[in-house]
Amino acid sequence: MRDGDIIVAQDVNFYYGSFRALTGVNISFEKNRVTALIGPSGCGKSTLLRLLNRMNDFIEQTRVEGKVLFEGRNIYDPEVDPVEIRRRIGMVFQKPNPFPKSIFNNIVYGPRLAGGMSRTDLESLAERSLKQAVLWDEVKDILGQSAMMLSGGQQQRLCIARALAMKPDVLLMDEPTSALDPISTAKIEELMEGLKKDYTIIIVTHNMQQAARVSDYTGFFYLGRLIEFNRTGKIFTTPDMKQTEDYITGRFG
Amino acid sequence: MRQGSMKWRYLKQGIFLWVVRIAALIIAAALGGILFFIFVNGIGAVDWTFLTEPPRDSMTAGGIMPAIIGTVYLTLGAVLVAMPLGVTSAVYLSEYARSGPAVRFIRIGINSLAGVPSVVFGLFGLSLFVVYLDFGSSILAGSLTLAILILPTIIGSSEEALKAVPQTFREASLALGVSKWQTVSRIVLPNALPGILTGSILGIGRAAGETAPIMFTAAAFFTTRLPGSVFDEVMALPYHIYVLATAGTRIEETRPLQYGTALVLIALVLGVDLAAIVIRSYIRRKKRW
Repeated sequence: MRDGDIIVAQDVNFYYGSFRALTGVNISFEKNRVTALIGPSGCGKSTLLRLLNRMNDFIEQTRVEGKVLFEGRNIYDPEVDPVEIRRRIGMVFQKPNPFPKSIFNNIVYGPRLAGGMSRTDLESLAERSLKQAVLWDEVKDILGQSAMMLSGGQQQRLCIARALAMKPDVLLMDEPTSALDPISTAKIEELMEGLKKDYTIIIVTHNMQQAARVSDYTGFFYLGRLIEFNRTGKIFTTPDMKQTEDYITGRFG
Repeated sequence: MRQGSMKWRYLKQGIFLWVVRIAALIIAAALGGILFFIFVNGIGAVDWTFLTEPPRDSMTAGGIMPAIIGTVYLTLGAVLVAMPLGVTSAVYLSEYARSGPAVRFIRIGINSLAGVPSVVFGLFGLSLFVVYLDFGSSILAGSLTLAILILPTIIGSSEEALKAVPQTFREASLALGVSKWQTVSRIVLPNALPGILTGSILGIGRAAGETAPIMFTAAAFFTTRLPGSVFDEVMALPYHIYVLATAGTRIEETRPLQYGTALVLIALVLGVDLAAIVIRSYIRRKKRW
């Protein structure tokens, strides 16, 4: 464990029923860095991501072994409130999933329910979050309109803004651009760069160029195991493991 | 040879198309026939007096106003009881219950309830509400009995409506650190509401038309007095038809009144169903996911 690690997974095994989806995963995520998780479909990278904010709680017949330390505290301790964990570790999904509400109400949905904010607080929070997600200029005049009217790329930035409005410490992104066109993808990659100074970002991606472009660290998963974890530059130029090299050079995956 | 088999295939397709068409037509014709029959025979009896006045001359003349009022009360009462109970059960089944023997048992129970003949509900209502709980033959007892009758309809359609809310909405909400209950009440229920309403309205239609469940629990043979409380018994449209058509010595004489009452009942039920259809199509046009 390095200094400045915000999340550390220790000897994590994960089971869907009797199927073991993750085996002995040890990985640390450094604060204010972007870490990419790559690997072929079904390698367990998305499973690991969902495990970091306990979204796997909602899937029946799953089981976690090992520890996931968030700021030193195991989030799987029985006394830990998973709702609290999810407030501090936000998530953006593969497909944009705005609520069928107005743009404004999408952003303030979480903070409003968390309570303690006035209308003015919520308004400035919405503006701040939309600016962080580089969507403000496009929607500032139509905040009352339905979020469903936005384009796919705008919807995804709205979802990022919605997650940021909770002021989380960590942002988990599960293939956030796989449903988007190249221009929208570029916009999201760009804004991730800006988010780094305030947030720790963990991104699962199928797109290796994306991992190389946006991340500081990269973990390569294969068949439920973390095969290699290192600085992104190192992984993509001189990986230690043969499997990593094969995957990166497109020999399988 | 090859061409022959192609021709045969087209022919078969043509025949099959006509078979399904005719089947659909027969059903439409049956419904149309019933409606036409009731309308032609009943419309003569229906006028303003018929709708607004109580029966006269041993129910051989006058109107059916107390029965209309009674049916409205009974049905509203049934929905007021069945909707909260049904929707709550549906929320449990759809949002909270984890699959297992207990939930399977509940589901079997609900499905069986839907298959119970309505006269059995009537007898059950008689023994539990009228006799044991001592509500007497009353709006309360009748409404509760009808409520049990329409519960499976309401639970079923509510659960379907809840399941139709995209899973991604739930995930999005939960991932924001919003609690499960808040997710259900703020996201899932509002988005399922149109479906829930549609199901409940169809339940109203069902409750309004039933005779057997209210026969022993709520329906009065004859009363000109309007109910003063939920402990009063009332006249009701389906029971009124039953009484006119089977009891007394002037069954033939009151035929027009029977058809007139049937027409009013059908208009009421179809009107309620139509409202459900309008609500559903309105919401369908509005929602985009």
